[in-house]
Amino acid sequence: MSGKTLYDKIWDAHVVQQDEDGTCLLYIDRHLVHEVTSPQAFEGLRLAGRKVRAPGRTIAVPDHNVPTTLDRAKGIENEESRIQVEALDRNARDFGVHYYPVDDVRQGIVHIVGPEQGWTLPGMTVVCGDSHTATHGAFGALAHGIGTSEVEHVLATQTLIQKKSKNMKVEITGQLAPGVTAKDITLSVIGATGTAGGTGYVIEYCGEAIRSLSMEGRMTVCNMAIEGGARAGLIAPDETTFAYVQGRPHAPKGAQFEAALAWWKTLYSDDDAHWDKVVTLRGEDIAPVVTWGTSPEDVLPITAAVPAPADFKGGKVEAAQRALDYMGLKPGQKLTDIAIDTVFIGSCTNGRIEDLRAAAAILKGKKIKDGMRAMVVPGSGLVRAQAEEEGLAQIFLDAGFEWRLAGCSMCLAMNPDQLSPGERCAATSNRNFEGRQGKGGRTHLMSPAMAAAAAITGRLTDVRDLMTEPAQA
Amino acid sequence: MEKFEKLTGIAAPMPLVNIDTDMIIPKQFLKTIKRSGLGVHAFDEMRYLADGTENPDFVLNKPQYREAQILVAGDNFGCGSSREHAPWALADFGVKAVISTSFADIFYNNCFKNGMLPIVLPQEAVDVLMKDAEKGSNARMTVDLENQTVTTSDGESFAFELDPFRKHCLMNGLDDIGLTMEKVTAIDSFESQSAQSRPWV
Ligand code: SF4
Repeated sequence: MSGKTLYDKIWDAHVVQQDEDGTCLLYIDRHLVHEVTSPQAFEGLRLAGRKVRAPGRTIAVPDHNVPTTLDRAKGIENEESRIQVEALDRNARDFGVHYYPVDDVRQGIVHIVGPEQGWTLPGMTVVCGDSHTATHGAFGALAHGIGTSEVEHVLATQTLIQKKSKNMKVEITGQLAPGVTAKDITLSVIGATGTAGGTGYVIEYCGEAIRSLSMEGRMTVCNMAIEGGARAGLIAPDETTFAYVQGRPHAPKGAQFEAALAWWKTLYSDDDAHWDKVVTLRGEDIAPVVTWGTSPEDVLPITAAVPAPADFKGGKVEAAQRALDYMGLKPGQKLTDIAIDTVFIGSCTNGRIEDLRAAAAILKGKKIKDGMRAMVVPGSGLVRAQAEEEGLAQIFLDAGFEWRLAGCSMCLAMNPDQLSPGERCAATSNRNFEGRQGKGGRTHLMSPAMAAAAAITGRLTDVRDLMTEPAQA
Repeated sequence: MEKFEKLTGIAAPMPLVNIDTDMIIPKQFLKTIKRSGLGVHAFDEMRYLADGTENPDFVLNKPQYREAQILVAGDNFGCGSSREHAPWALADFGVKAVISTSFADIFYNNCFKNGMLPIVLPQEAVDVLMKDAEKGSNARMTVDLENQTVTTSDGESFAFELDPFRKHCLMNGLDDIGLTMEKVTAIDSFESQSAQSRPWV
C-alpha cells in the first residue's frame, strides 16, 4: 500500500461517516463567516427553527462591504450594504458566535483575521462562504470555499457532505531570484496550468522555494489555488508554521500546545504517496509577472509583450480577443509601456504586514507619479497598527498613498472603493475579471513590490529596475 | 427543493470560455439578504447597455432564447467566487441545466443545492450540442436525468456521468441538511472522540 498525502491524512482525521459510494460526512473544525454569503443561511436556520451547532467554532467578521475611509465610524451610507452588515451583527449575537465588529481593532478580511487570531491551525478543516478560504491551507489546514447552502449546512450540523478530490503536487524547486515573490509563484503556476488546471484537485505546494517562504508568503500562494481551479491549496506545516502559530490568542497553550505539536509534526506527505498529477517549476525561472487580460491565467513576465488572439487555441481565441478589447490593449505592445491610473495594495492575497513592508521598501523616499490615485488597505486593524508602529504608514503617506482602514475594498469593489469605466489599476488582489474592481475597470494583477514600482513610474514596471537591494517576501 | 426529472426546453449557446461568477451575477447584486429575485440581473454586464436598456446582441436577449432553460457553455463555466447568487440568478431566470466541458468546483456544488443540473460532456459532444443550440427556439434539447442523457433536437444522444448521491437528491428534491440531521449520533460521537484526541481544536 502506498503512503498518504497530507490531504489524505487531514481528510481521514475528519471523516464522521463514509457511504459505500465514497461520499463522506466531513467534520468542520472552523467556520468563518462574513456578511455577504451568510444572511440567507442564518435566515434558513431561523425558518427551520435550528441552532448553530458549534458557535464556539464559528467566527464572524464583516469585511466585504465595510467602508475603509477614516470616517467609517459614521456608518455605512449605502443602504443595502448597511443592511447586510447589520444582519451579520444581529445574527452573530443571536446565535452566539465569535464576532469582530467593524469598530474592533481585530476586524479585517476574514482570511487575515482567522490566522492572525490563531483560529486557523495545522491539520484542521476550515470553511467559509468565500472562495479564497484556500488561504488557510498555508498552515497545512484543509480549507476551502463553500456556497451559502453549505454555510447553512455547516452552521446546522458542523459537517459537510463531501467527496474526496484528487491529489496534485506542485513543486517549486530551488530559490527565487531577487524581486520575485510569493505572488509571482502563484500567478506563474496558474499561468502554467490554466484557471481550470486544478479543477477536481487539492494542490499541495512543496519544494525548496515554498519552504523558504514566510507564513505570509505561503498564504499568498495558497490564496490563489482557487484561481487555478483547485478546491484547496496546502503546504505542510513546519517550524515556520509552528513559530507563527505559537502565542496567538486562540492557539493552544502549554501542554496542549505540545500535544498539538506532536500531531502537527506528522502532517506531511509520505515519500511513497500517490499523486494524480505533478507540476514542477524551477524557482529560478520565475520572473516578476503581471496579468494582461481578464482571467488570472493571462500571466506574462513583465519583460514580455501583449499577446495576439492567434497565439491561443480553441475557445480561448475569442476570449483573448474579448479580453484585449476590454483591457484596451493591442497585440505586440510592451507590457512596460502600459500606463496606469490607480494602484491598489491590499486584499487577502497581499494585505499582510510583509506585503506592506515589501511595497514600502520600494516606495521609501519616493513619490508616486503625479495624478496617480494610490491606496493601501491593510488586511486587518492589527496589520494597520503594526505598519504604523514600524513606520511603514508614514512611508506610504509621504509617497502620496492613501492609508485606509481594513477591509476587502477595491479587491471586489462592493464598497465605494471602485474603478471608473476605462480606469486602469495595478492591483495586488487576485481577480482581474471584467468589472471586478468596478464596471469597466481594467485590472493588472501583480505583487506588492511591483504595484509600488508602478505607482512611482505611472506604468507597469519591472521592479528589478528600481531595486537598490533585493526585495524580500 | 423542486424535483428534477426530465426537461425538454430551449438551449442557449454561450461558447465563451471561463464564464466567471462575476459575469453571471456582478457584485452590486450580492448585497441582497434574500435568495430570490436575481434573475433580472443574471449576466447583467453583458445583458444590458450602459443606459440600462437591453443589449440586443446578447444571446438571452434574442427573441428565440428568452425562454431558455438550458445553457450550453464554453470550458470552465462558473469559475471565480463561491457566491451562490450565481446559481440563484440562473435559476430565477429559468435555467435548469448547464452543459459544459468543465465547471468550477464550488459553482458545480452550488447548482445541486438549487435543483439545477450541471452536465459535463467531452468537447466533441459539447460542440454538437452548441450547434444544436444555435438553431434557436425550434430546436428543443432534452435532458433526461434518470437515464443520464442529453438529446439534441435531431435525436442524437450523449450520456453523461453523475454522482449517484447527487442524482438521488436532485431527483427526489431532498434537502441535505435534513438528511445530515438524521446522522446526529454519529456527529456527537465524532465530537466526543476528537475532544479526547485533539482537545486543542
Ligand atoms: S479581499 Fe477580495 S478575495 Fe479576499 S475575501 Fe475580500 S473580496 Fe474576497
